[in-house]
Amino acid sequence: MLELIWLIPALPLLGFLVNVVLGRVLGEPKSGALATLMVAASFVVTVGAFFDLISMPAEERHHVVTGFSWVPVGSLHVDLAFLADPLSITMALFVTGIGTLIHLYAIGYMHGDPNFSKFFIYLNLFVFSMLMLVMGENLLVTFLGWEGVGTCSYFLISFWHTRDSAATAGKKAFVTNRVGDWGVMMGMFLALGAAGTLSYSGINHAAESGALSAVTATAIGLMLFIGACGKSAQLPLYIWLPDAMEGPTPVSALIHAATMVTAGVFLMTRVNPVLAIAYDWVPTLIAIVGVATALFAATIAVAQTDIKKVLAYSTVSQLGFMFLAVGSGAYVAAIFHMVTHAFFKALLFLGSGSVIHGMHHEQDMRRMGALRKLMPVTAFTFIIGWLAIAGVPPFAGFWSKDEILLFAFAKSPILYVVGMITALLTAFYMTRQVIMVFFGEARWNDHSAEHGAHGDFKPHESPKIMLLPLVVLAGLSVIGGVMQLPFTKDLHFLEKWLEPVIEFGEADIHASWAYENKYLLLGIAVVVAISGILLSAVVYAKKKIGAIEPALLADGWRYDRAITSFMGGPGRRVFDGVAWVDRTIVDGAVNGVGRLVQGAGGTLRKGQTGAVRNYAAAVGLGVVALLVWFLLRGVVL
Amino acid sequence: MSSLAAATPTTTWYLILAAVLFGIGAVGVLVRRNPLVMFMCIELMLNAVNLSFVALAEKMGDIGGQTTVFFVMVVAAAEVVVGLGIIVSIMRRRPGVTADDVSALRG
Repeated sequence: MLELIWLIPALPLLGFLVNVVLGRVLGEPKSGALATLMVAASFVVTVGAFFDLISMPAEERHHVVTGFSWVPVGSLHVDLAFLADPLSITMALFVTGIGTLIHLYAIGYMHGDPNFSKFFIYLNLFVFSMLMLVMGENLLVTFLGWEGVGTCSYFLISFWHTRDSAATAGKKAFVTNRVGDWGVMMGMFLALGAAGTLSYSGINHAAESGALSAVTATAIGLMLFIGACGKSAQLPLYIWLPDAMEGPTPVSALIHAATMVTAGVFLMTRVNPVLAIAYDWVPTLIAIVGVATALFAATIAVAQTDIKKVLAYSTVSQLGFMFLAVGSGAYVAAIFHMVTHAFFKALLFLGSGSVIHGMHHEQDMRRMGALRKLMPVTAFTFIIGWLAIAGVPPFAGFWSKDEILLFAFAKSPILYVVGMITALLTAFYMTRQVIMVFFGEARWNDHSAEHGAHGDFKPHESPKIMLLPLVVLAGLSVIGGVMQLPFTKDLHFLEKWLEPVIEFGEADIHASWAYENKYLLLGIAVVVAISGILLSAVVYAKKKIGAIEPALLADGWRYDRAITSFMGGPGRRVFDGVAWVDRTIVDGAVNGVGRLVQGAGGTLRKGQTGAVRNYAAAVGLGVVALLVWFLLRGVVL
Repeated sequence: MSSLAAATPTTTWYLILAAVLFGIGAVGVLVRRNPLVMFMCIELMLNAVNLSFVALAEKMGDIGGQTTVFFVMVVAAAEVVVGLGIIVSIMRRRPGVTADDVSALRG
């Protein structure tokens, strides 16, 4: 089965190609079913590869399948090669698994859309790109996928491109991601220059054997981290993710919660030996950026009223947790949280999509309330997702978040405290959302005038095809923690599985105070989660305390506006200046050379008379001149 | 006069004759405008070279020079076929045309 891993990205690509040609002919729902089937088949292959890998001894779990030589230029040699190792297969498992569920959901959600088949074309292309990203054996294949997912993200955010806000949000995501892509390219160039190869095993081996100096490793690590910040929406490049909610909800769930935004964390984990030999301040910087983003986004989420915006900021916040883990050397915890987050955040997004579907495209939580009776399955599954993200045991999110905070404590208690505050806020704003949407009094009739076309408006439960993915994801959110339970070493399944990939970079915290008191920390985490939920219940359900939702937070700390006014003012002038230099000096040089050649040609062509006798005379004179030259130099003929 | 009659032609004589023929041919190509005459002048130049080849081959006792002449004659024959064909087709289209009138390649 391991020889067949190229099928994992190839099957969604096939689905994409078939839908490009036949999508309109197949129509709804066949084109959606085809796309879903392709991703599901890809999932089956991945499962097969997983069982093959796990039956091998740990140190042999590294299999490369080379498709063809992609870039053979001099000493640079890059293959289109796929790598099957515990990390890539873990990623591929949840990308294809959750991808299948979300494709299935989208068949219901996109029902009646005039561009139904186009949606699945993009969705398949996205899954293909994402799998290239995670399965790539070298940075260039990963970069191909990296750009591919960025492009698909752009297409899908502005899928309803006739809406001005959607078109703008797509452009914003694309442009912001370019900043990060610059970092990835720089990191690639540096790695190629220093290690002489782009393959992960080559780069990581150079780092482990000491061939890579600490300075170079620092530069490579920082550049790739800039790329990761762009793709995974960390400070200061997070701004595109909340706007990306303009896309259809399945897109938000698949791309902007479960898969694409975790690419940055994946890349950091992939090159963990490089980060391990970099200067110590690099991991510290990553941890600080991560925890700062987590707190920053959580404070904004507290004051949002759009059901999807809350989840978007929550995603930014949870990604911050993953970077905190990476910075603390807790790569297993980062991947663990990535997987559990993919379960519960995809669940929450799909749940919110179900609510939006049932509310006839109403996204304002102030106009919802008491939906649990009308949408029982959505409400039930959403509540499971809420408990998972809030950190209530035994749901999945509790275990992964706790593991991250354990490592953060071992690195620095300050990181732990900030992380805990964020966890408190997470429990608080998620409870707020659940109460506003599913409990309290029904507020949708207050605005019935706006829904005049529907007559007496009543939210309804979504069709079964949308509920099935919700139920499956809810199940996974409940049991997801089993992958890595903290109690005994035997229960660290994920750690044992990932060990060959991360053993060089993983921090050893067994001797730390935090590890010895891990049950105490576990207890604190439970108390914090419960108090966050209770506090929120007091504010929003009992209404004992007035809600504090300052406009500053609702506006995202005015960060967007600050960027707009900076980029529109001084930034704009810098860009104009650069454009002027490009137009006059760079283009001037190029056009000048062109004009010089043109003028010289215009003059010289006059020598060509077209008269045969002139040419003959020139040949004759030339022969005479040559003869004279030979004679003068005394050459013996 | 008797000395002249008795004199055996030496290689130099042949070379001088070849040079004269070549010169006539070259001047003819340069000054005449009738394509057919120019063509004949080129043949003259080729044969002047042939003559010098034969003369030198005889002088040096090397058969190589004479062999080359056969090649030149074969190539010249082929060239005549192509060249005459072009000239005839041009003349048929524009009767009385001179070499200077055919200047479509002027820059």
